[in-house]
Amino acid sequence: MEREIRIYTTPTCPYCKMAKNFLDEHGIKYREFNIVEDKAAREEMKSKCKSLAVPTICFGSEVIIGFNEAELRQKLGL
Amino acid sequence: MTAAVYAARKKLNALLLSHNIGGQVLWTSGVENYMGYQFIEGPELMERFREQVQQFPIDIRTGEKVSSLSRTNDGFELTTDGGARYQAKAVIIATGKRPRQLNVPGEERLRGRGVTYCATCDGPLFAGENVAVIGGGNSALEAVDDMTKIAEQVYLVSLTPLTGDQILIDRVKAASNLTMYLEHEVLEIQGEARVEAIRIRDLKSKQERKLLVGGVFIEIGLIPNSEAFRRTVRLNSLGEIEVNCSNETAVPGLFAAGDVTNVPEKQIVVAAGEGAKAALQAHRYLQRLTR
Repeated sequence: MEREIRIYTTPTCPYCKMAKNFLDEHGIKYREFNIVEDKAAREEMKSKCKSLAVPTICFGSEVIIGFNEAELRQKLGL
Repeated sequence: MTAAVYAARKKLNALLLSHNIGGQVLWTSGVENYMGYQFIEGPELMERFREQVQQFPIDIRTGEKVSSLSRTNDGFELTTDGGARYQAKAVIIATGKRPRQLNVPGEERLRGRGVTYCATCDGPLFAGENVAVIGGGNSALEAVDDMTKIAEQVYLVSLTPLTGDQILIDRVKAASNLTMYLEHEVLEIQGEARVEAIRIRDLKSKQERKLLVGGVFIEIGLIPNSEAFRRTVRLNSLGEIEVNCSNETAVPGLFAAGDVTNVPEKQIVVAAGEGAKAALQAHRYLQRLTR
């Protein structure tokens, strides 16, 4: 089953870049939402993912707040 | 990273173990005093460092923190929080510093839900809301400067009078949506699913007050990442690893470099230079061992 991985970012956030690099290095596809420009995405991040920090990575019922390599490896089965 | 490159160029078998690549420099939006780059963003500078490290046969393992270090007959054994173990004849500790926490109720629970230590990351999330910035130094003042431009109201809460640069103090004082509470302490961060308010107390009058805010930016200084080495190496009163000017600790074969040490200047160029010195000294040490 294809699960859509959504990553919410701001342009000045270095951990967001690291999170995206990590996903790219492992060939994992994702959709990025710049929550500075995209207000709807910002509200979605706050309400659905219950997060007020970037990067927030949401897929299925999983929410990872911040760039946590160990947690990403574990939850993505890497 | 500099230590790793110097070690590799001396044909030493080098392992670079780190929680992340870049450390504190990642939080810096603009670096204007690292020679050769008149202006470069912190993350980009660290990317250039990383690319250089990758030119050499250096084993890089990230995502784990070293949780303990002990001496063995052959040198040292390190254990990470993930349970991995590594052995080495020489070790260079360059773990830097991390943000100090307030240690008040609500802080840990609401981390990522309104409590943040990275204003450059999370600032935009609080546009149009009331926010509090905790601290009185340059980092706090820079956060205030950024947030007064996008937040509704900004409250600056500092335990002491402001200690930042005057030029920054003058700049933020001009903002019409800033209220400062100097010589106040934070008692609690409140909220259910997210930050809703903070409770503060005037240190002199003891009067308490509640500020309704959606975000709290904690900028109260940095502490050395030295806990894992506390039993093996001497720390000063600030928790920094004591080294001499050759980056040697009191333990033969154990070196340290950068912000985690007692080097007085915490600057990128200094940390990089210290890393190089430590690697060269480690090489000399290893040569003496094999004689």
